[in-house]
This record gives sequence, C-alpha cells and structure tokens, in this order.
Amino acid sequence: MESMMALVVGGLYAAAIYMMLRRSIVKLVIGLVLLGNAANLLIFTSGGLTRGAPPLVPDGAAMPAGAVADPLAQALILTAIVIGFGVLAFAVVLIHRAYEVVGADDMDRMKDTDT
Amino acid sequence: MRPEIALPILIPLAAGALSLLAWRSHAAQRTLGLVGTGLLLAASLWLAASTWQDGILVMHMGGWPAPFGIVLVSDLLGAIMVVLAGITGFATAVYSLVAVGREHERFGYYPLLHLLLAGVNGAFLTGDVFNLYVWFEVMLVASFALLILGGERAQMEGAIKYVTLNLLSSALFLSAIGLLYGMAGTLNMADLAVRLAETGSNGLTTVIAVLFLVAFGIKAAAFPLFFWLPASYHTPLVAVSALFAGLLTKVGVYALFRFFTLIFTHDVAFTHEVLLWIAAATMLTGVLGAAAQFEFRRILSFHIVSQIGYMIMGLALYTPLAIVGGVFYIVHHIIVKANLFLISGVVYRLRGSYELARLGGLYRSSPGLALLFLIPALSLAGMPPLSGFFAKFILVRAGLEAGAYTVVGVALVVGLLTLYSMIKIWNEVFWKAMPENDGEPNDDVMNDDRPAQPAGGLALLYLPVIGLAALTLGIGLGAQPFLELAERAAAQLLDPTGYIHAVLGDAAGIRP
Repeated sequence: MESMMALVVGGLYAAAIYMMLRRSIVKLVIGLVLLGNAANLLIFTSGGLTRGAPPLVPDGAAMPAGAVADPLAQALILTAIVIGFGVLAFAVVLIHRAYEVVGADDMDRMKDTDT
Repeated sequence: MRPEIALPILIPLAAGALSLLAWRSHAAQRTLGLVGTGLLLAASLWLAASTWQDGILVMHMGGWPAPFGIVLVSDLLGAIMVVLAGITGFATAVYSLVAVGREHERFGYYPLLHLLLAGVNGAFLTGDVFNLYVWFEVMLVASFALLILGGERAQMEGAIKYVTLNLLSSALFLSAIGLLYGMAGTLNMADLAVRLAETGSNGLTTVIAVLFLVAFGIKAAAFPLFFWLPASYHTPLVAVSALFAGLLTKVGVYALFRFFTLIFTHDVAFTHEVLLWIAAATMLTGVLGAAAQFEFRRILSFHIVSQIGYMIMGLALYTPLAIVGGVFYIVHHIIVKANLFLISGVVYRLRGSYELARLGGLYRSSPGLALLFLIPALSLAGMPPLSGFFAKFILVRAGLEAGAYTVVGVALVVGLLTLYSMIKIWNEVFWKAMPENDGEPNDDVMNDDRPAQPAGGLALLYLPVIGLAALTLGIGLGAQPFLELAERAAAQLLDPTGYIHAVLGDAAGIRP
C-alpha cells in the first residue's frame, strides 16, 4: 500500500511542477493545488498506513492495545488542508484581479516589476 | 507559568481582533495600532529581560508535557528577534499614522499589521516544527494581503511571484515535515535534536536537511531563490515595504539558525559547506543586482538579498565567533533596513518619486533628512563607528580564523559595492541639483497620494526614522552590551543541551 501511495505522491508532485512551469496563471494555481495535496498525502503516507485500527484507548487502560493508526499525521493534514484552503482562496482571487488589471492570462506579460 | 512568553503572540492577536471589531472607526484602529504595537514592544522587552536573567523559558501549551504537546520556548535568539519585531512594528505603526491613508485603512491595514506581527512572533517563539509551519502561514497570509493593498498593476504582478514562490516554499516545508515525522516520529524541536543525535548521520537525514534548507532559503531570499523579493518589495505601501524588509526574510534566516544549530548538526561538513557557498553567492548577486538599479526601493530590495548572505555566512562558518557575528548582524540589519525604507518613503512624500533620475537637491532643502539617511546608509555599508562596522568586523574576523578566505574576500568586496550603492543614492537624491521638471507625468507606482499634509504630519514621519537612526548610533557607539547579548545567544545556540533540557526536563533521558 505504501509503495502505491509513494507513486501517487510522486505523480502529484510531477504534475504540480509541470503545471507551475506553464505560462498561464490559471494553470499556475492548479499546480499549487496539486502541490499542496501532494504534500498532504506525503505526510499521510509517512505516518504509516494502518487499516482498521482506530487509536482508541480501552476503558481503564493507559494506552491502546496493539498497533493502531497514527492520529497525529491525520491531525497535521487536517490543519494543513484548512490552511491550504485559505491560502488558495486568496490565490484564486489574486489571479482574477491580476487578470482584470493586466488583461492577460500569461506570465510572460507580467514582467513590469522584473528587472 | 511565565505569562511573558505568550504575550508577544497574544497582544497582536487581541489588537488585531479588536481592530476588526472597530472596522468602521479609523481613529480607533489607529489608536489600537499604536497601543497594540507599543504594548507588544514593552512585552517583548519584558520577555528579553526575563530570558536574560532566568535562562531559557518554556511554556507547555494546554499543560501537555513536552514531546507530546506544543511548547513555546524563549531562548535569547528568539527573545532578541521578538524585541526586534516589537521595535519594527512600533516604528511602522507610528509611521503609518501619516503614511497610510484612509483608502488603505478601509481595507484592513491595521488588522493585517497586527496579524503579521502575531505570525512573526509565533514563528520566533515556537518549539515545534509543525507549529512553526502554522505561524509561517499566518504571517504569509497577512503579508499577501498587505502586499496588494492598493491594487496597482505592479502590485498584482509582484504579488503573483511572491505568492507563488512562498507557497512553493511552504509545500516544500510541509513535505520536509512529513518526511521528518516519518523518520523520527516526533516534531518537537528539542526531541528531534535528541533523536537525530541518537540515530547519527545517514543519507535520509541529509536529504531532509537540504529540503528544509531550500524551503527556508526561499523564505530568506537566499541565492538562487531570491527572485521574488526584488520583484515585489518595491510595490506595496512604503510602510509595508519597511515592515517586510525588516522582518519577513529574517524569519527565514531565524529558522535556518534554529534548524542548523539545534537539529541538523549531524553532517556539518556537508550542510554548512553548502550554506557557506550559498552565503557567498547571495552576497555577490544581491549587491550586483543593486548596482544595476536606479530606483530607490529596488536598490534597497536588492541590498536585503546581499545582507542575508552575511547572516547565512555567520551560520555557515559555525564557530562561536561567527554565530555571534550572525546574530549581531541580524540585530543591526533589521533596524537599518527598516529605517532606509522609511526614509525612501519620506523622500517620496517630499518629491513624489522613487526614480533617482527625478530626485535631487534634498541636501539643500532638507539637510536633516540627508543626515538621517547617512546614518543607516553608512551603517549598511559597514563604516565605523556605526552598528554595521562591528557586525562585519566580527564576521570577517571569524572567517579569517576559520580559514574561509574566499568568503571573507567576497564579504569585503560586497561591503565596498554596498558603499558604492549607498553613495549613488546619496549623490542622486541628496547632493546633485534638482533636475528640471521634464513635464512627464509621474508613472511611478502611486501608492501614497500626496495630499496637502496636515501640520505636524511630516514630524510623525520623521519620529520613527530618528528613533531607528538613534538605535543604529547607539548600537555602534555602545556595542559592548549588544555584543555580550549576541555572545550569550550564540553560546545557547552552539550548546543545545541547555535548550533540550529546558524543554524536555527530566524526560530527556527516558524514552517510551
């Protein structure tokens, strides 16, 4: 399972980088979305994939019995998803405004501030 | 329980929330801006004093013991950075009273300012890697919005580059966190230091270290990842430029200092060697970029990049003296750089341009401003007896002692070119005669309107400039106490056992 997830994560990274290298700013944002998802899946996978073993502590015990899924990785991803959502919402509005101001969906025409 | 650790985060958060409630009242927002940043400065000084007296302070959030819960840690480096954030924040708030008009306040300038400070301070104080990521994002979101406040075309174009590269850096940071967690099973910095010391050096640790290096390198604007900075820093309001120039890249530098003294010290021969070459290249490309520019704020932006190189050089040499130099350099740089941007704003107020070709004659009309410019400008170039001289002197001496002659040579040449750049600004803006008005419309980024100033308006702009210039002079003339401070901060960084023990307590020995 882990090796399959590794392939998926690698594919997402590759797709994200490819999209970010395009000139269109819409594709740029799609690349950022994919990049965030790739990072989240990476955390999920590196925490170890354990199926059907929720980390519940039995009544009276101090720690759960046997091997359980790691809840921390999932908590991290949840936080990262929320943050990523907020940031991407901003990015979408930004490219919309930039498109209105510049009048083009093309990074090559946004060079006024470069030197 | 030490309340002062959390105060530098809580005060700006509370001030930001209150400013949101006072959305419609400009007067209330301005007052909150002054009071909030003033209180923040006081709290940060309190924190620094406590940290100086009692050593490293730790606060366990929610009462969870160290490796499991999130901790806030204040060691001397963190406390110094928080004080600098307080100083820059307060200076910017005073400056903003005049420099930021209603049309920008209306879109939430003050709440964003507080939020940015909260994020910056959180990043300086946290002892948890994932929590650091969260504070980075708080800071970034606030900075995104501040950057485009005004909605000019240049701001949009700059913001796209700024946002993209910073989000890329965040994604790399997050990936590195995931791999680190998968390898070590913990994200508490002190706990990580213990675990990585146990496992020793292996290839995966080095890969993760370099991943963090790239992520923080983008944030710190280190070579070759600095392109977003000169493309965006000259576009926002000048108060925002000053705040960014003072604080944001330095959060990346701080993170580099923290990670590469506490956590990733397993393979110094490789990681710090890479850092050293990055430092040299950063210094050189930054200053050469500045030499080619003829716009006030762009020159200053490129100089941020070259100065970052000096700080990284201190970290990369990794000797006690070099770390002292690095810490001292950060202190000197934040004050000087914020001040130079504030001065560029004053010049813009007086003359309505940032283009050197359109400026001139200011020495004749405002000799006071010319003097105020010379203090930070010469300090940036490293002239004695100003603060920059001691910062560069320590670094150069540490480099000579370590035998890193190439980097020392680069540092000295860059110092000379910095002087050239500052003299260029001096000649063009202050010394030469005011050019004849060529009748062209001013096509600059018109961020600040230039309405007739209310009486005393300019005085409020000068106040923070004078304060910061006095600090620069003070650090230069009375360098000894600041040097001792930097020495103790460096000693804490180089001997992480104190940090680890303060965070983990007696649990450091027994692992579950």
